[in-house]
Amino acid sequence: MSPPPSKQTAFALRLPSFFISLPLSLFSSNFISFIFPVPSFGNTSTMVLSKTASETDVSIHSTFASRYVRNSLPRFKMPENSIPKEAAFQIINDELMLDGNPRLNLASFVTTWMEPECNKLIMDAINKNYVDMDEYPVTTELQNRCVNMIAHLFNAPLGESEAAVGVGTVGSSEAIMLAGLAFKRKWQNKRKAEGKPYDKPNIVTGANVQVCWEKFARYFEVELKEVKLREGYYVMDPAKAVELVDENTICVAAILGSTLNGEFEDVKLLNDLLVEKNKETGWDTPIHVDAASGGFIAPFLYPELEWDFRLPLVKSINVSGHKYGLVYAGIGWVIWRSKDDLPEELIFHINYLGADQPTFTLNFSKGSSQVIAQYYQLIRLGHEGYKNVMENCHENAMVLKEGLEKTGRFNIVSKDDGVPLVAFSLKDNKRHDEFEISEMLRRYGWIVPAYTMPADAQHITVLRVVIREDFSRTLAERLVLDIQKVVHELDALPAKLNARLATEKQEQVKNGTVKKTAIETQREITAYWKKYVTERKSNNKTQIC
Amino acid sequence: MTDPFATSLQRVFLYISYASLYIYSPRYTYFPTCSTAKKETMLAATNATEEHVHSTFASRYVRAPVPRFKMPEKSIPKDAAYQVIHDELMLDGNPRLNLASFVTTWMEPECDKLMMAAINKNYVDMDEYPVTTELQNRCVNMIANLFHAPVGEEETAVGVGTVGSSEAIMLAGLAFKRRWQHKRKTEGKPTDNPNIVTGANVQVCWEKFARYFEVELKEVKLKEGYYVMDPEQAVELVDENTICVAAILGSTLTGEFEDVKTLNDLLMKKNEETGWGTPIHVDAASGGFIAPFLYPDLEWDFRLPLVKSINVSGHKYGLVYAGVGWVVWRNKEDLPDDLVFHINYLGSDQPTFTLNFSKGSSQIIAQYYQFLRLGFEGYKNIIENCMENMKVLKQGIQNTGRFNILSKDIGVPLVAFSLKDSSKHTVFEIAENLRRFGWILPAYTMPANAQHVAVLRAVIREDFSHGLAKRLVEHIEQVLKEMDGLPSRLQHKKTERETQEEVFRYWKRLVDRKRAGVC
Repeated sequence: MSPPPSKQTAFALRLPSFFISLPLSLFSSNFISFIFPVPSFGNTSTMVLSKTASETDVSIHSTFASRYVRNSLPRFKMPENSIPKEAAFQIINDELMLDGNPRLNLASFVTTWMEPECNKLIMDAINKNYVDMDEYPVTTELQNRCVNMIAHLFNAPLGESEAAVGVGTVGSSEAIMLAGLAFKRKWQNKRKAEGKPYDKPNIVTGANVQVCWEKFARYFEVELKEVKLREGYYVMDPAKAVELVDENTICVAAILGSTLNGEFEDVKLLNDLLVEKNKETGWDTPIHVDAASGGFIAPFLYPELEWDFRLPLVKSINVSGHKYGLVYAGIGWVIWRSKDDLPEELIFHINYLGADQPTFTLNFSKGSSQVIAQYYQLIRLGHEGYKNVMENCHENAMVLKEGLEKTGRFNIVSKDDGVPLVAFSLKDNKRHDEFEISEMLRRYGWIVPAYTMPADAQHITVLRVVIREDFSRTLAERLVLDIQKVVHELDALPAKLNARLATEKQEQVKNGTVKKTAIETQREITAYWKKYVTERKSNNKTQIC
Repeated sequence: MTDPFATSLQRVFLYISYASLYIYSPRYTYFPTCSTAKKETMLAATNATEEHVHSTFASRYVRAPVPRFKMPEKSIPKDAAYQVIHDELMLDGNPRLNLASFVTTWMEPECDKLMMAAINKNYVDMDEYPVTTELQNRCVNMIANLFHAPVGEEETAVGVGTVGSSEAIMLAGLAFKRRWQHKRKTEGKPTDNPNIVTGANVQVCWEKFARYFEVELKEVKLKEGYYVMDPEQAVELVDENTICVAAILGSTLTGEFEDVKTLNDLLMKKNEETGWGTPIHVDAASGGFIAPFLYPDLEWDFRLPLVKSINVSGHKYGLVYAGVGWVVWRNKEDLPDDLVFHINYLGSDQPTFTLNFSKGSSQIIAQYYQFLRLGFEGYKNIIENCMENMKVLKQGIQNTGRFNILSKDIGVPLVAFSLKDSSKHTVFEIAENLRRFGWILPAYTMPANAQHVAVLRAVIREDFSHGLAKRLVEHIEQVLKEMDGLPSRLQHKKTERETQEEVFRYWKRLVDRKRAGVC
């Protein structure tokens, strides 16, 4: 029998509502013909014909049969004419295939995977402007809840239902600039009140800080005093940092999870030393903790570690929601200990389009998807979920570390405690260096960055693999295999030209006359080419066809 | 053979029998099953067994209070988390009906697809995502070209993509400040009192720039009936410490374009006299994608020699969702080298000049999509449509006879209007009442020296069609009519009797309405 009437009515009801829900501007003739593939007669076809001159009806061609895929792309000027949306989509989509795969990008802490449910929420909110707080009160409320939860996580001295002082940002860069600005302004106000000069502020950090600190210093005219690193010790030494502090120091910035090797700096020791110094000098130098990568690690894996507002001198903390906060790129947070640590004059109370909004941000209009996604993760995962995710990451980091150690070719530079990443350098990089390994790994799809350490340790080059939530054990094991393959391949290859010349020179100096004979050189080159050709052959056989 | 009437009759009978089936089917009898269902849910709530077989609204998660201050201890299923958040967000305004904002709320589904595909790409990983970087550069080139930057056919322009015009303005302002500092230092003059000249109608981010980067903000005051910066007064305010004059193409308040050409000419003359070389920045956040298409002959951009940088919001009439802005410099010399960071970040040298670092790359890709898809022709058509719809709305509002129109016909497509007689009711009440229909139409007061004027502002975006414009006018008329029946909120100097009558009338109306509509 035919379907029961209840279903029929439901269908009849659904059809018009489907049309209503469509954006009105979709009702172009193009779109109608797109949903109703009716051959176009009469008026419509002549109209299209007259518009596109000699071309036949554009919509019946497949995208790759159209002229749009063979025109060269506009790169300097906006094109004169419109093109169909399908073609535009295809062209851009196809060009973007050449970008690296974000999931295989082991260079970055930034989240590359979220649950499909959250993707849905993000897509729904993509047209909501975060600053229209009056229009989207719930989104604003969700932001405030996130701030509260993070402040509690960092043990901010708050009552049960007291609102925390903090703000959502685009990322840790904005967060750090806001925090730095607050310190600078507080210091200026203090100096002004004391009648002392306030034109030479400085900030003390380790040389391992992320570039945004340098940016803050240069853009806001604050001198950056860096504590130098040394080989084998790649974080800020608290004792040296405290030595650098003077009356013009607006704050000392400690890093929880150094970018280079994931190590946590000893904030507790720094706090204790600084408390002592403050007592002697009366300068009251505060601490900022840049917990961009470690802020969502330490509370779950090392709850006993004191690095946050439990330490009295820590006045503000920033954390990246888009790192281990497990949200896609575009969200950071900065939390202040209390209202007093955020100078009132930096807060803007604006009469923007009908409502009073207190704001302290560098950006204004931005999407609200990321804020909503952060709230999703916080309530979906809870303390338990975050803990499990971080433990998994740590486990997988250990798997990768042991795998690399087993190859016997690498020194591990990263520590077991800290942000789950593995930083490693070649034991012997005379013939081949880490940059070559990084390049070769690209062929397998892996993006593993190689970089040199900052000043005073810059002769050391490391490879760094960040373990994110979506980097599973299988992938870790596969990466070890691929690294082994690359190392073997490199062993068979001659050293890079410049490196070889350098060693030859050394040898010449040492032995006086030892120089490769022509036959040796020929052999090396043939070996190289032979290997290259056989490789390509086997590749052809197994993969390309 | 078959009588059509008979068959249709038969069909009617069939329907009736279906309907009776529907009514009498035991599945839909309410009471007997209800209690068992209730028991089941309660069981699930207490035991929490096999949660995935239950529907979301049968789970305990929808009746637990949502965590607001502390992260919850335990995880909850993803569909429950989705539903809880999704449902709360229903109470947000509808972005499409938000006429307060210039920011794009609709894009083609194809572009949505591209954006979602790129959402996990970090824009700063330029080495890893070279194509995304290339698309950004193409956008900069296209915009610079649109603004007549003096670059050769195949020469790359100097500019950068930002999160929005706020970041863009801070970067541009910083460049001006640094250039001024360098100049003063080489002249051996003090560098501690920089200032910037703007109209009082600027967006708040200029004030922010001034306060955060320690630059004095010299505002040209507005006056009633003239809501943009007066070029003459602006040039008067310029002194040797002025890092730049900021002109606005498309004032936030009325959408009016400021006369950048006159400003340029006056400033040229002053610069010749004083030798200060004060430059101009154009804040074209909303007008930058209007003027080139509708008024190609209007000179406001790099055609004027003193204009050194321009910012424009990609997420306004650039037709991309919130989160993209652009700033373009005339040429390399206008961007001091010491502000550009060359960083050895994770394996490659990257010159950058931004305040933000990690961010999504969806918006950049979407901007390139719009340029490629629409082209000059498409942008022109869309902006023309916006203008037409603006006129429809304006006409409708004028026809009510109750409003003064403050916005100009030439400028950004928006309608700003104030009540002719706001002695009884104010525009704020109209804004509030329009919310009931779903419209978000902001009311606000003008800045200093014109602050006694309160206006309503409707921004016409691409997705605000003729039909919606007509409908908005109808609703405004309805609100006016209702308000006329209501007592004024402003005056309280009434006799007791009058008040009683008013209250009585109000309640009667309320009760009447209830009878008619709500039940």
